[in-house]
Amino acid sequence: MLEIKNLRASVAGKEILRGVDLSVKKGDVHAIMGPNGSGKSTLAQVLAGHDIYKVTGGEVIYEGKGLLAMSPEDRAREGIFLAFQYPVEIPGVSNMYFLKAALNNIRKQQGLTDLDAMDFLALVREKMKLLGIDEALMNRAVNEGFSGGEKKRNEIFQMAVLEPKLAILDETDSGLDIDALRVVADGVNALRSPERAIVVVTHYQRLLNYIVPDFVHVLSAGRIVKSGGKELALELEKKGYGWLEEELQAV
Amino acid sequence: MPEIAEITESYFADFTRRERRAAWLEPLRERAMERFGELGFPTTRLEDWRFTNVAPLTRTPFKMPSPVADGVTERNLDAARIEEVAALLVFVDGVFEPGFSRLRTLPAGVRAASLRDAWDSPGKSLQGHMARHADTDRNAFVALNTAMFQDGALIEIANGVVLEKPVHVLFVRAPNARGTVTHPRVLVVTGRDAQVKVIESHVGSAGTAYFTNAVTELVAGENSSVEHLKLQEEGDEAFHIGMIHSHQERSSRFVSHSVSLGARLARHDIISVMAGEGAECTLNGLYQAGGNQHVDHHTRLDHAMPHCASREYYRGILDGKSSGVFNGAIIVRKDAQKTDAIQSNKNLLLSEEATINTKPELQILADDVRCTHGATVGQLNADALFYLRARGIGFEAARHLLTRAFANDVLSRVTHIPAREQLEAKLLARLSAGWKPEEVL
Ligand SMILES: Nc1ncnc2c1ncn2[C@@H]1O[C@H](COP(=O)(O)OP(=O)(O)OP(=O)(O)O)[C@@H](O)[C@H]1O
Ligand SMILES: [Mg+2]
Repeated sequence: MLEIKNLRASVAGKEILRGVDLSVKKGDVHAIMGPNGSGKSTLAQVLAGHDIYKVTGGEVIYEGKGLLAMSPEDRAREGIFLAFQYPVEIPGVSNMYFLKAALNNIRKQQGLTDLDAMDFLALVREKMKLLGIDEALMNRAVNEGFSGGEKKRNEIFQMAVLEPKLAILDETDSGLDIDALRVVADGVNALRSPERAIVVVTHYQRLLNYIVPDFVHVLSAGRIVKSGGKELALELEKKGYGWLEEELQAV
Repeated sequence: MPEIAEITESYFADFTRRERRAAWLEPLRERAMERFGELGFPTTRLEDWRFTNVAPLTRTPFKMPSPVADGVTERNLDAARIEEVAALLVFVDGVFEPGFSRLRTLPAGVRAASLRDAWDSPGKSLQGHMARHADTDRNAFVALNTAMFQDGALIEIANGVVLEKPVHVLFVRAPNARGTVTHPRVLVVTGRDAQVKVIESHVGSAGTAYFTNAVTELVAGENSSVEHLKLQEEGDEAFHIGMIHSHQERSSRFVSHSVSLGARLARHDIISVMAGEGAECTLNGLYQAGGNQHVDHHTRLDHAMPHCASREYYRGILDGKSSGVFNGAIIVRKDAQKTDAIQSNKNLLLSEEATINTKPELQILADDVRCTHGATVGQLNADALFYLRARGIGFEAARHLLTRAFANDVLSRVTHIPAREQLEAKLLARLSAGWKPEEVL
């Protein structure tokens, strides 16, 4: 579904991604871990198409097509969803209106007609229940004045409504209390299917107890330096990242 | 090209030719015309006119329109009409048009009439307030209007009367208005504890250069409430100069919304005098311009008495090569202790060539006051734009959505819902020129 080959990217003249290779197949759940500043969010944002990150090399193939040439909106319409580490506040645009516009844009790409107001409301209600979102939140402006946890929940709620093919979750667990974590994880797990893939960026094993990954990767200084199964996350939790760097130096 | 002097001449010629209806007003008119002659049109050498050059306007000898204005039909007015109003007064090329107007039975204590009709039974408000507030001494355009105005609207609300629905005063210019000038005049007077909403709109046709020189006076009696919405939607080659002067008695509330969308050159002066203790004044404004449009707001909040509060929220959206001016004066007089004033002006520049000059102007002579102001000039938030696109909303649509949200901060303060919805729709149409947001949003 997604092939990242030797991807390099820089921001403000500084190279952040220095040759990332990653292959994600349908049905897979991948976890990406790694120290602060190693480039995890950069990778996520590059995949979503943020243009402040300049791609300086490599390629990304998504469902057989070159991803890097596509606009952010086309990527979303083709089924890529990024849950932002820092969701953006948009004063004056209601959550409900925003989500409807997003959904209908994506449906259009799939050759479907717009959902009418009734069907949209039914869908939104169902997903709100799933994620324990308060109806009042829907009528407020996008993320405006939301607590950290509400913002994260709202990202997963959007994901649940938009039903992407490839979901990239950037530290969706940070800022969530234990109960919220479980709710969010349930929301993600509800989306798991043999047709979809999920990439979770996280610092903590605790999320991976709920969303059990098929693969775990360590991104360090802009490269994936180690990959393994779900045990790798447990090992990292115990030992930190230091030993990896020593191991790398030894090689 | 005619000399400036010749052009002022032509106004003087019209002054002698005009109809004289109200003898009591004549001395004021004579003095105003004299004053106009002395002041002449302002030049950019005057501080108040530094960024607004009215030379193109002063180069044309605009004439009074011929009495019969063709080409305006009920259908033309559809786009300008507003639902759920208490009364509609339509003026075509400055003259009251009873055929287009709707003056159904108004509640007792409410008077909404054309000035022409009111001359014969002027009453206390008209004689007591007409031309007593707007400053003919220092403002040449006000002087000119005062000398020349032929018609306009009088809205009077008696003590304790609450009119829920707005009175709509619609000034429409005929398609053949080229080369003509009108001087619309509005007077709103509310009694003690009364409430009224007035919508004043100015509309005209594209592709014709005409001049509208409007003056509105609003007098809010003790503990009364006045909401005034002015929509300036003149044709793209028109000149619109407008003065709004409000005078507030004790504990009254005045809310002004100035929405300026049209005209090649628009200048709005809004002067609000809080003349009684505990008065509250809110000035909202939205200006949107593109192409070569120029739009200027000069506002002046005059805290003349203690314990008054003013709020000012102005926003501008400038595209193309348009230019905007916002000058917000707040005057706190010596005895106006406990004044509470907040001013904000935010501008969105959608193109590299658009410009804005924004400036607060504070004169604070009292010491126990709270007075804050802030101005911003910026582009659309890049992170917000990306966030929307990352959810599948196209670039144009995302820009559009953010721009609208920016404007709605001001429009959402208009309390008459049909007017607010119409304003939103009008803004939308202007922002999307040729592109159909409803297909993607
Ligand atoms: N817009 C930007 N401008 C300048 N530097 C940036 C920008 N975005 C990211 N960087 C830098 O790129 C590097 C990688 O940042 P990134 O956010 O990808 O790290 P991360 O792995 O997600 O870290 P964390 O675990 O703290 O979220 C950091 O040094 C960061 O300061
Ligand atoms: Mg990060």
